[in-house]
Amino acid sequence: MAYAAGVDVGSTQTKAVIIDEDLQIVGRALVSTGANVTVAAETAYELALQQGNIHEEEEGVGFIVGTGYGRYKVTFGDTQTTEISCHGRGAVHMFPGTRTVVDMGGQDTKAIKVSATGEILDFVMNDKCAAGTGRFLGAAASALDLPLDQLGPTALQSNRPVKITTTCTVFADGEILSLIGKGKKVEDVLLGVHHSVVSRSIGLLSRVGIDREVTFTGGVACNTGMVSVLNQELGFEVNVSEDSHYMGALGAALFAMDRIVAGRSPAGLVEVKA
Amino acid sequence: MSITAGIDVGGSYTKVVLLDGEQIIGRAILRTGYKPGLAAEQCLASALTDAGIARDSVEYVVATGYGRFQVPFSQLNVTELTAASWGAHALFPGTRTILDVGGHAVKALRIDEARQVKSFRLNEKCAAGTGAFLEKTARYMGFGTEQIGALAATSSVTVSISGVCTVFAEAEVINHLSQGIAAADIMHGAIVSLVGKSVQLMKRVKVEPEVTLIGGIMRFPTMVSAIREKVTVDVNVPEGDLVQFVAALGAGTLAQHQVRRLAEQGTPVVERADLVGARAS
Repeated sequence: MAYAAGVDVGSTQTKAVIIDEDLQIVGRALVSTGANVTVAAETAYELALQQGNIHEEEEGVGFIVGTGYGRYKVTFGDTQTTEISCHGRGAVHMFPGTRTVVDMGGQDTKAIKVSATGEILDFVMNDKCAAGTGRFLGAAASALDLPLDQLGPTALQSNRPVKITTTCTVFADGEILSLIGKGKKVEDVLLGVHHSVVSRSIGLLSRVGIDREVTFTGGVACNTGMVSVLNQELGFEVNVSEDSHYMGALGAALFAMDRIVAGRSPAGLVEVKA
Repeated sequence: MSITAGIDVGGSYTKVVLLDGEQIIGRAILRTGYKPGLAAEQCLASALTDAGIARDSVEYVVATGYGRFQVPFSQLNVTELTAASWGAHALFPGTRTILDVGGHAVKALRIDEARQVKSFRLNEKCAAGTGAFLEKTARYMGFGTEQIGALAATSSVTVSISGVCTVFAEAEVINHLSQGIAAADIMHGAIVSLVGKSVQLMKRVKVEPEVTLIGGIMRFPTMVSAIREKVTVDVNVPEGDLVQFVAALGAGTLAQHQVRRLAEQGTPVVERADLVGARAS
């Protein structure tokens, strides 16, 4: 049995996924990226191997693809692919009907348009501003002293979102605390925060065109409040996988498996589309 | 002479200046926090103590700043632009262009000899062009706001900081630190980046001499020298901590005029409704 691995080094978290020849995930791991990116990549990879109970000496991982902003720091990787390609590939693998991917991470949000075969047709991302990314939710969490995984459930206790007018993530905590100071309920303010982030991501999505099905990937897709508000604002349900956090790493692993398969064919290696 | 108060409730700090005629007789500053009305109340009390006078000797109160509507005891509210214009004019009567860099907002305005605002540009949506950018950059490196000036002053080289987003700057700062670049040089780089943005904003109102720099950030000498390098004309800078109090001073000066006009003709120079509504945007 040959295995392939994908390591997705994001700005906030590093994810590793190992798949087998049946393209099933056999090991996955997630660690904080921190300051030493290479160490984070190695740690995530080792943990994924352990979780899959794979011993490198015996069975071996045939090919490793690095992705994410820190992909060139995956020193043990065989090649690198952009996270745009990986999220597209991962999303189409999980949900073959996917035509649009919205990937929300700790520091960036991307809207990606894909073909039926997972090719990237178009994409846009927030490259200059942290508003509309996971960081905006993170700022709300720290202002309200809530753990990240409580944001969604708390917001969903409300049905009356308070409008958040701040654009800048840096100023968001000031507005949130001043709303709480004026007697607004935590859940209403939080729901407003979710609406603010969703409306920015829909802005991005509109720029590539919202073709159904839409698949929501990245760490922020683990937030049930974001999924619910996004569904509500779009007027239909988006696809969310339990492995949404690992979608980029999964896409990278799929590209890695392509290389393994191609290496066996008589024609030899074929170039992987990036 | 009448005693008046100018209160500037800013995004980060609340400032109060007490005037007896043109003379500053007391002032105070404190963090605005999340209850601007309370901050205004406490700040006024401190300024009264500083001046050694009683509350009822204050004849007229003018409030300004983003939190001016929360000040329960002001007779008149004016925009920050009007207050900055009156304050800069009181210190430097030749002022035609003002750059105000605060913690939450940056303003560039051009005024005429009668303190009328002719043109202005604001940035209050993005922290990258404001004092918050410097505060956060300092904090990422373990320094407080008060250490920014001294830290940057020791720098010998400027490191390029993109200054596109305050949140993204954290990664940039960490990157620089991990490459062994000195914190002072990073701080200096952040100041140069902020100056670039402020000067751009100022150019959009058309710079006309004299230029007066105001706002808390101007306490940092590196900030002023970087601006001097960028703009070709000389700039006025109020002395010491006074840079932070210019809008409050303007509000207090405007209050003096109100008192005088009321005494002379029984009509104030500006009607409350004029300034509260019209220029608030």
